Amino acid sequence: MGKKESTLTSMVLSLLVITLASGLTLGYVNDWTLEPKAQAKLDRKINAIKLVLPAFDSNPLEDVIVVKPAQHQDSIEIYPAFKDEKFIGAAVIGYSDRGYSGLVKLMVGFNDDGTIENIAVLEQKETPGLGTKMKNESFISQFRGKHPSSYNLRVTKDGGDVDAMTGATISTRAFGESVQMAFEEFRNYAEANYLLNQ
Amino acid sequence: MAEKTEQRQNFLKGIVKDNPVFVMLLGMCPTLGVTSSAFNGLGMGVATLFVLLMSNIVVSLVKSQIPDKVRIPAFIIIIASFVTIVEMVLEAFIPFLYEQLGIFIPLIVVNCLILGRAEAFASKNNLWSSILDALGMGAGFILALTALGAVREVLGSGSLFGWSFVSEDANTFILFILPPGAFIALAYLSLVFNRLTVKTS
Amino acid sequence: MDYLIILLAAVFVNNIVLSQFLGICPFLGVSNQVSTSIGMSGAVLFVMTIATTVTYLLNEFVLIPSGLSYLRTITFILVIAALVQMVEIILKKVSPSLYQALGVFLPLITTNCAVLGVAILALGLENGSLIKAVFFAVSNSIGFALALIVFASIREQLELANIPKGMKGVPINLLIAGLLSLAFLGFAALV
Repeated sequence: MGKKESTLTSMVLSLLVITLASGLTLGYVNDWTLEPKAQAKLDRKINAIKLVLPAFDSNPLEDVIVVKPAQHQDSIEIYPAFKDEKFIGAAVIGYSDRGYSGLVKLMVGFNDDGTIENIAVLEQKETPGLGTKMKNESFISQFRGKHPSSYNLRVTKDGGDVDAMTGATISTRAFGESVQMAFEEFRNYAEANYLLNQ
Repeated sequence: MAEKTEQRQNFLKGIVKDNPVFVMLLGMCPTLGVTSSAFNGLGMGVATLFVLLMSNIVVSLVKSQIPDKVRIPAFIIIIASFVTIVEMVLEAFIPFLYEQLGIFIPLIVVNCLILGRAEAFASKNNLWSSILDALGMGAGFILALTALGAVREVLGSGSLFGWSFVSEDANTFILFILPPGAFIALAYLSLVFNRLTVKTS
Repeated sequence: MDYLIILLAAVFVNNIVLSQFLGICPFLGVSNQVSTSIGMSGAVLFVMTIATTVTYLLNEFVLIPSGLSYLRTITFILVIAALVQMVEIILKKVSPSLYQALGVFLPLITTNCAVLGVAILALGLENGSLIKAVFFAVSNSIGFALALIVFASIREQLELANIPKGMKGVPINLLIAGLLSLAFLGFAALV
């Protein structure tokens, strides 16, 4: 196994060949994975929507509406859902920057009358074992079936109805704020489209 | 059958005697960074094994064609290509693992284990030996990462490979899924490994 | 104000070594003496800052416009490797004394995951810009230096301590790193 001599031509040539081979291979793999990647992203969204809404037969991703909540920087998405052409609810994204470690982002599923069907946590970086318990059944279950116009989304400490997670009041507050944002945008949307069923 | 035993040794050395993590102290960054669960450790180990195997194969095949002075840049291009392939495939087909491993996927390219084996072994040995070397080292790496991930997950989350054996609200030893816990868990795991290997040698 | 947060976060809250696990190899390998640690930190500061500048520009003006973002890893690492070579050559000519001080650490920095890691992380900064990215790189090298030098100082003292045989070497070093990491965890709510 003798070593090849390092002349300028041999060095440049070999590196060129390797780079070309690498470039071609990567280009090919990129083309091959482009579609599955996009599909995986869509699947994630659709799964979150399915999780928080009752059964529907429309395609919420196609009917998506993007709005920018007042006094906030980033816009959110509203995914209305229909069954047999009737509006049955919408999955709405809500967020808050005031979590213990920053952004808390939720997807809240509302029934057509505005009660909460279910909540999915999309993004959070809260303290493991404390704030991360917001994903737990024992915490989320208290929100289901509640209507934010009668159920105060603040923690009990602040005069609201939400039982805070142990040692994670700040995370709970951010959670409540996110749900509040989602609800307000849902209400605006539903009222504007005369769909609110109360 | 001297060659058979030699090849057997070639493969086995990476698992215990020259274990990349516990003995050679290579690839420490991903070892500490992604082992908050057993599955993540295993996933990273397998991804690294793939890159190590492919790069050892390619380097061993083209070693006589690469001029000495440019061998390091050449190796880097080869290794980086395979890492990029892993990146793209994971993002497309196993997005969950892709998100969990995060920045440590592109960092596989600077895992001194891979460049080290390319330089120290694959560039000097035939194809079959290089394959065995990669498999052995990769297996050792997988073992170390999965073990560390398992310890941290059991103590820190009360589960193993996602199967919880404590209730949702139980108080687990959270320290172990936080950064300090990684160091501490690896410290004691190294201790155990050293004691076990001293006894058998 | 953003910059103060970047600095505090990089040095204390999300320390590159003790919290993000980047740069562990030199951290464990070079930290047996404070003097070598200072040398390594200087080399890292140098390379990390220049590398992040180049890779950020490369990403902004070449990779993204041409849709070749998947070549990021491979181009970044080649840039870093080339940079390290160039820095060595330039340093040798321009400042032989500095080269003597840093020289042996420079080749090691190519495989230092901290440099590639920071270059990639710098792309994901909120409302990012070149200046922010460079500042991010400088802050992280300060964080690296802090962790490394503190650790080295402890290790120098450790030489005089009575350590159980099984713990000597890697286990005790990792344990101390763990305690250091635990201490830094206390900075979590700083920003």
